[in-house]
Amino acid sequence: MLTKRIIPCLDIKNGRTVKGVNFVELRDAGDPVELAKIYADNYADELVFLDISATEERRKTLAKLVEEIAKHINIPFTVGGGISSVEDVALLLKSGADKVSINSAAVKNPKLISEVAKRFGSQCVVVAIDAKQIEGNWKVHLVGGKQPTDIDLFEWAKEVQELGAGEILFTSMDHDGTKAGFANEALAKLSEELHIPIIASGGAGNVKHFEDTFKLGKADAALAASVFHFKEIEISDLKNELKSNGISIRI
Amino acid sequence: MKIAIIDYGAGNVKSIEFALQRLGFESELTSDANTIKAADRVIFPGVGEASSAMHMLQSTGLDRLIPSLKQPVLGICLGMQLMCNHCEEGDTKGLGIFDVNVVKFNTDLKVPQVGWNTIFNLKSDLFKTVEENSYMYLVHSYYVPIHKNSIATSDYGLDYSVALHKDNFYGVQFHPEKSGKIGEQVLENFIVNSNK
Repeated sequence: MLTKRIIPCLDIKNGRTVKGVNFVELRDAGDPVELAKIYADNYADELVFLDISATEERRKTLAKLVEEIAKHINIPFTVGGGISSVEDVALLLKSGADKVSINSAAVKNPKLISEVAKRFGSQCVVVAIDAKQIEGNWKVHLVGGKQPTDIDLFEWAKEVQELGAGEILFTSMDHDGTKAGFANEALAKLSEELHIPIIASGGAGNVKHFEDTFKLGKADAALAASVFHFKEIEISDLKNELKSNGISIRI
Repeated sequence: MKIAIIDYGAGNVKSIEFALQRLGFESELTSDANTIKAADRVIFPGVGEASSAMHMLQSTGLDRLIPSLKQPVLGICLGMQLMCNHCEEGDTKGLGIFDVNVVKFNTDLKVPQVGWNTIFNLKSDLFKTVEENSYMYLVHSYYVPIHKNSIATSDYGLDYSVALHKDNFYGVQFHPEKSGKIGEQVLENFIVNSNK
């Protein structure tokens, strides 16, 4: 039986893990490869690397890092952050990334999704959607959730599926950072209306939140950052508990 | 030991090279017919869409070369699907090594199937020391039905072939290079045991 996926997300700046990682076993707390390896060895199902650097050198630095990750990590990983052209995608896939995550650029230029899907296959296209509720309606936000748009979350999600997205990574800006649980109602609606997998993001605080997002939110995968980086939740404990609560999980 | 990874512009093939490196084997990414013919082991990767992948093989003559190879050949993911008679995706004629047609999942479950699923009914040395119900990483919308060449099964709404073997040809639907240590074991078995 296909299992639900647990996905730690690592923020990367200039080729280094952004501060806020609390692992005593790390020799170099800023080395994304070392941290990724620990997660892979502890049964993370996939990894997401989100590049937040803004330098002109970023593309080259990121491609080099992706190659290092691919050399050492034996599970799938997605790379995102500032991807805006087919060439950006080609460079990352060629360096060893399995998937890319496209966010704001997809809203500004939806054709990018179909171009990437056509050239490299839908399996490598994750469309990341940041949204929050405005007067009860879920609206897509850009630039890391800072810039609101008029676009309805569910309409947009359906459109990106039609354009060839292989998966959707939905982050609720209303839940992100709250540690109060995922946006399960919106997630369940996405899952019911779409046929591609949905990755839940934003709001993970405890093990029950993961259980809820799989059961109530019908999510196919759940992504989190700080609860893993600060060891508030150990992935092995999380997976054991989910499994004993009847969720299909790889241990 | 010379290992050739067939390079015909199909997505992320670096990962296979890196996985072999982790196992201590050097390999060469190549589209050169002589290099491929001279290799001790050939890996035939593939991600993306079937008909465009097939076009790329045809434009370089690899579609005729691959079925004629005598050394062990391992098709991975779309590579395995292209080794079959026909792929429903893009109504694509395959290489005809495995006498079976690849069809689309017709299920209420999400398509594509993305993630880790168990493999069972393991036969052949390809799975030496791999336990029944081990987890492998898969991404696919099309599947090979259970067939006389099946050497492993998975289930996604129905039981289907997740690995095939006939003569010197092997195929796996999962990504051994992305399936943790167990996936690496399958790759190692292919390199070490497939000629016995």
